[in-house]
Amino acid sequence: MSTASRLDVIKPPEPSRAWTKQRIVGYFLVSLWGLAALGLIIFLVRAWNPELFSRYAPSYFSGLIITIQLVGLSLLLGALLSLPIAYARDATSKWAAWPSYMYVYFFRGTPLLAQTFLIYYGVGSFKSPLEALGLWWFFRDAWYCALLAFTLNTAAYQAEILRGAVKSVPSGQWEGADSLGLPRLLTFRKIVLPQALIVALRPYGNEIILMIKGSAIVAIITVYDLMGETRRAYSRTFDFQTYLWAAIIYLAIVETLRNLIEWIERRITRHLKR
Amino acid sequence: MTCPIDGIAIEMDRFLSLLSFSPDGWGDEIASGLLVTVSLALATLPFGLAAGFFIALAKQSSEPSLRLAANIYTTIFRGLPELLTLFLVFYGAQLGVQQLASFLGIETAIEINAFVAGMVALGAVFSSYASEVFLSAFRAIPHGQYEGGWAVGLSSFQTMRLIIFPQLVRLALPGLSNLWLILLKDTALVSVIGLSDIIRQVGIAARVTREAFLFFGIACLLYLALAMLSSVVFGYIERWARRTEDVK
Repeated sequence: MSTASRLDVIKPPEPSRAWTKQRIVGYFLVSLWGLAALGLIIFLVRAWNPELFSRYAPSYFSGLIITIQLVGLSLLLGALLSLPIAYARDATSKWAAWPSYMYVYFFRGTPLLAQTFLIYYGVGSFKSPLEALGLWWFFRDAWYCALLAFTLNTAAYQAEILRGAVKSVPSGQWEGADSLGLPRLLTFRKIVLPQALIVALRPYGNEIILMIKGSAIVAIITVYDLMGETRRAYSRTFDFQTYLWAAIIYLAIVETLRNLIEWIERRITRHLKR
Repeated sequence: MTCPIDGIAIEMDRFLSLLSFSPDGWGDEIASGLLVTVSLALATLPFGLAAGFFIALAKQSSEPSLRLAANIYTTIFRGLPELLTLFLVFYGAQLGVQQLASFLGIETAIEINAFVAGMVALGAVFSSYASEVFLSAFRAIPHGQYEGGWAVGLSSFQTMRLIIFPQLVRLALPGLSNLWLILLKDTALVSVIGLSDIIRQVGIAARVTREAFLFFGIACLLYLALAMLSSVVFGYIERWARRTEDVK
């Protein structure tokens, strides 16, 4: 009897949410964004020009490929280069630790643009010795110079990420493996690295995103990546939509990557969830 | 025959005369570029900090629409390349103002100030990153701190100013000092829209004298010096912010 009557009790309706100051401001700002999005769509629809699209869409695509190649290759080469740097950074020998500290400090402390200029324009000062060495073809090409600058730059950042991640693994893990008689390299590969990668995933993901965004500067040294093609299209048409399309493409890439990294992180930390 | 030491001495003399502050040296030009870089970064900082703080407030509010608006802002400005943001602001504002002027019947060629465009673009990027730093600092402050403030009869504004903000500054300082260094490096991009910062001035010097490595190397060293100076200053600020913690 009593249970039935308790079930019959009707809950009062939820009180309607008040129009607080915060809510008014929030609705106002969201509608402002909505208007901006609507304005963007209207602008793009009205400025839609099939001739422009058929002329520049393929060049945007080839620019995108250049961007991806440049970033992918420099991240890969930078990862390889970061291994000895990260190792030397914590070496007991001062002769190994200092140079790698200076390397990391230099490449993290100066703008990527300045580094790229230093390599692309600066190395030109040594044209004749480089020609004698047979290396001039490399430094003459803007693409190779950008690749070198990006590789050296990302190696410094990646070395710090790797070092931080390896340090975050408790030393008991090393000692435990040691007491089982595992060789150090095997310990590193099978025990420390998998745990370090969980810590390193997010910073690595951020580094990939930073490199994609940073790679836009190669447009200044005449590499026709996505940004370079955009600049070329704008200088020929003076049509502002060229920049808006580039913005949409960059945003889409970065957002996709960010969500992918979050998904991977959720997946590899499943065993840590309670 | 000259001995190699003499050769090096002659080279050094040449470099020093290239970098001198005399009319045929480039020291004064580079110094003015340094001034532009530093003043751009310093001018952007207060706006970026203030905007970042308010965006962080919006992000941790209980109102979903406010959070959404703030998240859209950070998604956009953290996702776009800084260079592209700069172009969007520089050319977009030019286009917008021009159209507004022609709408009002004024026929003039309008040029947006490159310094202001740089400030707006870099400030937008800085504030969206700063909001994340402030947000994580907000989350590190326990809720009891607010409740304590209200319990002794402070208003929410007073609680924020007297209790939360001092703790927030202490928690956010390391992240903000990182962002300041990034801002300093990002100012290099404004050379592309014609502002005479370090990079542009050394670029001109490199083209005229054909000593590109020397001048771009000097630009790198100047940025390094700025970074070192900043870490010294931030060390002082951090000690100042923690002054109450050291009291035993």
